[in-house]
Formats: sequence, C-alpha cells, structure tokens
Amino acid sequence: MIGFTLNGKAVNTNAPTDKPLLWVLREDFNLTGTKFGCGIAQCGACTVHLNGTPTRSCVLPVSAVSGAQVTTIEAINASKEGKALQDAWIAEQAPQCGYCQSGQIMAAVGVLKEARAPLSREQALEKMTGNICRCGTYNQIAAAVVRAQKTLA
Amino acid sequence: MTTTLSNTQTSINSNTKISRRSFVIGTGSGAIGLSFGAAVTSFAALNATAQTTSFTPIAWVNIAPDNTATIYSPGSEMGQGTMTALPIVIAENMELDWAKCKVVHAPADPKRFGNPKFGGGMITGSSRTVVGYYQALRLSGLQGKLVMMEAAAKTWGVPVTEVTASMSMVRHAGSNRSISYGEIAKTAQAPAELPKVDTKMLKPMSEFKLVGKEVARVDLPSKVNGSAVYGIDTRMPGLHYAAVLHAPVQGEKAEKIDDAAAKAVAGVRAIVPIGGGVAVVADSFFTAQKARALLNVTWTNTAKGRKYDSDVAMKEFVARSENLGDAGVTYFSHGDAVKEIAGGARTFKATYTSEHVAQFTMEPMNTTAKVDGDKIEIWTPSQTVAFVVGGVAAVGGFKPENIKVNITLLGGGYGRRVEAEYAVEAMLIAKAVPGVPVQMIWTREDDMLRSKPRPLTAQHLIASVDAQGKLVGFQHRVVAETIYGRVLPPAFKAAGNKDAPVMEGADGIYAIPGHLVQQCLEDRGIACSFWRGVAPGYLKFAIETMIDEIAAETKQDALKMRMDLAAKSPRAQAVMQEVAKMSDYARPRTDGRALGFAFSDTWTSFIGMVVEVSMYQGKPTVHQIWAAVDCGHALTPKNIETQIEGSAIFGLSAALGEKLSYKAGEPQQRNLGAYTLLRAAQTPIVTVKVMPTDNEPGGIGEVGLPPVAPAIANAIAKLTGKRIRTLPFPESV
Repeated sequence: MIGFTLNGKAVNTNAPTDKPLLWVLREDFNLTGTKFGCGIAQCGACTVHLNGTPTRSCVLPVSAVSGAQVTTIEAINASKEGKALQDAWIAEQAPQCGYCQSGQIMAAVGVLKEARAPLSREQALEKMTGNICRCGTYNQIAAAVVRAQKTLA
Repeated sequence: MTTTLSNTQTSINSNTKISRRSFVIGTGSGAIGLSFGAAVTSFAALNATAQTTSFTPIAWVNIAPDNTATIYSPGSEMGQGTMTALPIVIAENMELDWAKCKVVHAPADPKRFGNPKFGGGMITGSSRTVVGYYQALRLSGLQGKLVMMEAAAKTWGVPVTEVTASMSMVRHAGSNRSISYGEIAKTAQAPAELPKVDTKMLKPMSEFKLVGKEVARVDLPSKVNGSAVYGIDTRMPGLHYAAVLHAPVQGEKAEKIDDAAAKAVAGVRAIVPIGGGVAVVADSFFTAQKARALLNVTWTNTAKGRKYDSDVAMKEFVARSENLGDAGVTYFSHGDAVKEIAGGARTFKATYTSEHVAQFTMEPMNTTAKVDGDKIEIWTPSQTVAFVVGGVAAVGGFKPENIKVNITLLGGGYGRRVEAEYAVEAMLIAKAVPGVPVQMIWTREDDMLRSKPRPLTAQHLIASVDAQGKLVGFQHRVVAETIYGRVLPPAFKAAGNKDAPVMEGADGIYAIPGHLVQQCLEDRGIACSFWRGVAPGYLKFAIETMIDEIAAETKQDALKMRMDLAAKSPRAQAVMQEVAKMSDYARPRTDGRALGFAFSDTWTSFIGMVVEVSMYQGKPTVHQIWAAVDCGHALTPKNIETQIEGSAIFGLSAALGEKLSYKAGEPQQRNLGAYTLLRAAQTPIVTVKVMPTDNEPGGIGEVGLPPVAPAIANAIAKLTGKRIRTLPFPESV
C-alpha cells in the first residue's frame, strides 16, 4: 500500500511498487489527462508535478511518490499559474490535436514559477524545449507562456 | 437534386435515445447521404412517430426546445479543426446562433455522413474534408433554415416570403412577431419534401457572419484541462488492457509460442495469438507489458520484407529512376516532353531522393473493443470508419450492422490512422475474451516497429530551356513504393494503375510545353502509407529546387521565372507576389543569411513561401518562414494560419533530421533519440497570410508542408553554392 496526496486529497494504492505513476494515474485513478507518449521520459506528454516540480511520470515508479504531493492537469487550475496558462492557451488557440498539451501546460507552470524576469518568445521556446508537439504549435505555446506571465505580473 | 427521407433511431449521447426524423439531401451522384434504398420511409410513417424532445430539420442538426442546436460533425478531429470548420458552415447557412450550438461527432453512419469526395465514405484525409462537404453542407443548412421559416410562416398564416431568419429565430416584420427555432421545434411537423434549393440561392461571401471570421475552435477548452477523450482515454467498468508482441518483420507469423512464464504473471487474463503477433490481456497495461516480456515466440522466416534494406533499396531506386528505358506508367503527359528536351538550348538533369519517415503521432496506435455475442463495439482514434468496419467485418467475420464504431479524438493523424490494422488487432484480442472490454495499446516501440512510413523515393528530373531560358521540356521520373496498389487494389486498377497518393502534386499549374511524369512503382514487402502531405512533400521538393537551379544557372530571378510559369493562374501569381512583399524578398540579406522561395498548388490551394536561413557547422538554421495562402473560401482563418504553420514545421522537422531506415526488414529507429523530431527551441518565427478568394475551399491541413523543404534548400544553395537533393538534408552540407 502506497499513500500519497493526489490533487490535494490523500489517496492509497495497491498497485505494484514498480508500476509507473503514469499508469497508476490513468488506470487506477481514471485521471486520463496525463498522457503516454514515448515511455522513456523524452517527449514530456506524461508531465505531472511532484512536490510542485514538473516530473515525467512514465518512468517514475509509484513507490517514489510515497508521502509526496502529486498534481495533474485535472487540478492545475487551482494554482494561479495553471489557471493563467489554461486561459492563455485558449486565447492563443494553442492546441491542435491537443494530445501533448497537458504535459506542455504542466511544464509551463514550472517555467513560470521559476522565471525571475519577463520571458521573451525565444526564452519561452528554450524553456519549453523538453516537450514535443508533433502538430507544430510551439510558437502558439511560447505566445501563451508569455501572455500568461504578463497576466500574472 | 433529390430528396429522401429516413426514419432512424440513433444514440446521440450515451444515455439519451431520441426519436429522429432525418432528412437527407442528395445532390446527384456525389451526394451527401447518397441513396437510402429500403431505408426510405413514407411520410405517413414518419408522422406516426411521436415527436419526443427535439426536431431534426436536416440530418446534420438537432434542435432542442430550449433553442440549442446539436450539430453533427462528420470528420475525425485530429487537430486540423474540422469539428469547428464544418459546423460553422451549417450554422452560417441555417442562421443558427453559434453561441447556442453544440458540436458532437457524427455517428459512424456513412450513408448519412459520408464524404462525397471519398465516394460517400467517412474518411478524413488528403485534405479533403472541407473540400468534400462544403457545398453539400451549405445547401443542407439552407434547407434547414427554409424548413424553420416555412413552419413559422404556417403558424402565423403569412407567406413564407415575408419572414426572415437569423440567430436561431424567425421574424415577421409586418406583424412584429418572432419565434425561436426551439419554439418551432416543439410543434413542427417535418415537411413531406425538403425545400428545393440550388447554389444560386446561397448567400455570397460578403454576407458571411461565421465563415471566415474569428470563431474559436470548439475542442479547445477540453484540451487544456485534461478532459479531452482520445482513444487511449476510453474508460468503462471492467476494462482490461492488452500489449502485443509483434513479429520483428511484418508478414511473419507466430510459429511456436511458449507462454508459460507470461501466463504465470498475476493479473494476466489471456494470451491471444493474433497471427503477426501475440497479445497479452491483463488487468493493467503495466502487467501486460511485464508478461509480454516473458513470452518466447518463434516466428516464421519467410516474409518478403526480410530482405528489405532501405540503404540498398535506395541505390536500386536511384538506378531505376535514371534508366530512361524503363518507362513505367505515364502519370501525366502534356505535349511532347522528350522532343522538347531534345530540342532545348540547354538541358539540366538531377536525381533526388527521400528516405522513409514515420508519422510519429503523439498518441500511439490503440483501440478499445468489446465483443458481445455476434456484436462488437469499438472505440478508436481512426481517420477512416470505412476501413475499421471493413477490416473488422472481413477478418473477424462480424456483420457490418453488428459493428458499432465510436470515433474518439485523435492524438495526431498525419495519415497513419487512415488504415485501421490496429483496430483489427484489437478486435481479434477482444474476440478471444468475449464480454470483456479490452484496450490494446502499442508502446512507442511497437508503433515504430509497425510504422507505415512514407515511401522511399528516387526522382530523376530532366529539363530543357530554350535560348531565352524559358522552360520548354520537363521529364519527371518517380520511383517509389506503392500505396494505392497495396491499400486499395481495385481502385488502383480502375485508375489505370496510377498511384494518386504517391504521385499527387507531380503535375501542377506551371505551363510547360512538354511535360511528362512517369511513375515506377516498387513493392519490397514493407507497407508504405499515407503521411502528412505524402507525395507533394518529395515531389515539390524536386520540382521547386530544380526550377531554382535552372533560374540560377540561366541568370534569371527565381521568383520571376515562377511568375512566368504561372502566367495562366492569377491566384498562383497573387500568392507569389504577396509572400515576396511580406518577406521583402527583393532585399538581399546580410550577416550570413539568405532567402529561399518555393511554391505549391496541391489540394486546390495555392501557397507561396519564403524562408530565411543561415548555416551553422554545416547545418541550416531556419530563422523565419513567411507564407501567403489562397484556399478560396477561408472558413476559419486563424485555424488555417496555424494549420499552415504546423504543416510547415512538420516538413521542417522531416527535412532537418527524420529518417526511418530498415535493415533486414526491421525499422532501426524505435523511439526518440534514434528518431529525432523538431523541438521548441528550433522553431522559426512563422508568419502566414490567408488571402480568401470567392472560390470553393481548398485543402488546408497539409498545405504548408510541400514548399518548406525546397525553400530551405534554395536558400542553402545561395549561401553555400551547393544544391541539396536529399530528404532529409545531409548531416553536413
């Protein structure tokens, strides 16, 4: 039995300890917003927050989150950065197929939390380069990150 | 114009059954809804059906008493915006209040919702969704409006000519009365025959309120909060998961299966041989993968694909392309190219190659299926209902009427989800565990192993100019693996063995006195298939770099030469001029940068593109892309801009570094790292100008792709003097 805090609520799971957090979220908690992309932590589609830090869930055994705080896309609007980014994502019409966008937004929340100064388009692209979008929405993503940061300033 | 009626019972939401009276218009041989045969019901029978909660004036729209409209969207939504583009055409012409419209995916019913450009099939691909449905949906929407107007006029006892409709309301100015569509829906009786309409009655572009305006895509909110449901997100009680161990080479089958160790894993429900693979069904995908790793399978060793080595094949394709004695099939011919070439003042020859590339949809292939007796229900992210039903019926022995297909959102398509062999695999697995819903997921490595890549190609081009440098003869020889010949053999034969997906874009609007396109097809036992902008991706690369080279060699301006070639197409010339203006093309760049130009005219859309490039350590850096596009009626301009941008970036990614190679029939790149995709930090600034014209809409989802690679190659030639003739570009120029 592994206990952790999921989107603000205490939860337990009987999943095998080596089962990746991604599949625990998707199968055992029906939180399907976190996506399976490459399975080797290279594409970023599975990004969640572990104690507030963007983390790839596809290679993270659930045992590693014992006692920790896990936040997924389904609850990220509770943070001011998450809400601002979701609004900006819509304003910039960023998603196309949309499959990578949960992970993009989760990564972007981390970028905004870390940023100490206003980000340029180029800086936003650089910071977001760990997350792949096959539809080619990188410019809209960067614009949304910059826009969200402005609304929070 | 014919009108048919049908009376059908359709499940709209999972829990609401409503009685529908569907009116489907036919518009001749390429009809929406086509014919109904036995389904046509008499008007009396229709009236006998009690009206319960809502009214369906046309097959595409359901009006509820609260004045909300549910619009059925027939195309698979894979990011191209079809769930918005087609419904606004209905809403525009039916005068619906867009704020009161809800869009749902149309049920899998090709008779009502098929695409006229695909013979009535529900197929989303080849940039033909808006192209195929546009006129029919305009006419159908207009009919819907007229039904509402006639119903209101009858209620008020006034001539229908005195009433008007807008914003889901009908008004009678003379008596200052108005009624909402929802009120009408409460009591309206379906007319015996839908109002007669023709294209002359359609409103002109100048009166559009939704089409061509800023309408936000309806699928956006669910795509930023995790609630969007893709195939892989299908959930239901008792759901099991399946992982498949595939034969290393396609075409091989399991000869001997030792599954003792796999079966012993706790949580494993079944081991299911499915021909070219062995599936493990378990309580979790994690369990299924663990058990799969313990399978010990001996595969046959007879498949033709075993001999396939893409580097070797490329050499053979190149040789064949240069062997002029091998005429292949004439795909396009105008004038006498061979004679023109022989009589030209100067002749140019070059050979171009393109490697295999994978679609790499971010959502890997998956399908959920549940078998219940002789019935099956399927949830799948597919571009093609027809292939899902056809494959499941043919391989699984299910009657088509017993196959229910639910199309989910697609996490990328790019042509990969046109074929539906993954859905057939899921069916085979589900059939082995009746009553148990099973979600089959391919890992990324599975997905790459069973890639259906863009064909490997070699193209040999011979061109001649006259003494003034005018292009007079053009011979274009294409060697490639077949797509149509494998996927749709009857259609391929009926087309005189012309392989449209492999050759689309080889002809075009350039006026060349002698133009010959020869198609030489190959079959090496490896299935090649659709890809984003499949053929124009490599064909325009060859054509547009060759023309640029000729312009440079004959001291002509590359843009002017194309303007001359496009003399008969003002639309083509307009996008060329516009993009030249946008990019300040006449101003030479400094600081080690240069501009490259290219043009494309595929999918009846016209695009001029300019890129700004510099070189760093032998590799191009693309700083900026400008594009001007005329796609006729531009339904959703902002979405069109991002589709052009996205497809250009897709093409940029491929040109810079995507290559799927095969050794002994096995793909050598199985995940990121080995297979590189463009990342955010490499993204150029992209500026797109949509130039609407009063023409029928052209395709959009792939249009930005064809010109990007040749435009970059043309800029590289200016910077380095070297002509790039390979896709992807060389490791170092």
